[in-house]
Amino acid sequence: MACQFSLSATATQSGVRDLLTGCRRALVSAKVPAAWRGTVELVWAEALNNIAEHAYADDVPGPVKIMATVKDERIAADIRDRGRPLPGLSPPPRHLPDSDGPTEALPEGGFGWFLIKGLCETVEYQRKAGENHLHLVVHIPRYTA
Amino acid sequence: MDLQSTKTNDALIITVNEARIDASAAIRFKDGMRALTDGGPAHVVLDLSKVTFVDSSGLGAIVASMKQLNPGQQLDLAELTPDVAKVFRLTRMDSVFVIHDSMDSLSRRAAG
Repeated sequence: MACQFSLSATATQSGVRDLLTGCRRALVSAKVPAAWRGTVELVWAEALNNIAEHAYADDVPGPVKIMATVKDERIAADIRDRGRPLPGLSPPPRHLPDSDGPTEALPEGGFGWFLIKGLCETVEYQRKAGENHLHLVVHIPRYTA
Repeated sequence: MDLQSTKTNDALIITVNEARIDASAAIRFKDGMRALTDGGPAHVVLDLSKVTFVDSSGLGAIVASMKQLNPGQQLDLAELTPDVAKVFRLTRMDSVFVIHDSMDSLSRRAAG
């Protein structure tokens, strides 16, 4: 059985948290196994946090919308916002910040796109009519909706 | 941020009494950790048994909590739930921290 849902919020930190709560509820209803809900929520959290932190200026948050489809072994999401475009109109390359150095040099950020790209089967970005469109697909092996 | 601290013989155990260390909790977490660890014992253990979700901002805040320790202090982690353990594994931050499977083994070790 397939399931679709669409949720929107204002892209602030608390707005993102509320949106993720709604998404988690929808994934439970869609009977996505718990072991995979965490992965999907992490991917969406990273994408939504990027929008809250980088697409919109701190003092002028704007709307963000997520449209998700759970079908067979895949969970696809279209995430749209009206903030600034991604630099270079493309998601950055998959790069893991270096954690081999001394404690004081350990990275405290820069993991977001690394996690998104590592956990998604598909990551597509388009800038259309003043909107950012991010298409993310997570493949869930041996899972039938 | 609801952080509960317990002093054992030789360690300070800090239990996170919230389900999420995410972008909206990261700064409060880091500030709470500084208040609890500053001037405390050398060995600090962060009990994450109640935390079911950590995003990259939360991960950054945990790393920052280690970096802001006083010289000679060490921060270990304990009882990572599956999704939290996955974030540490994927980012290879599991190699940066000593991670204890359970608080029980830790207290046995402390007692022994």
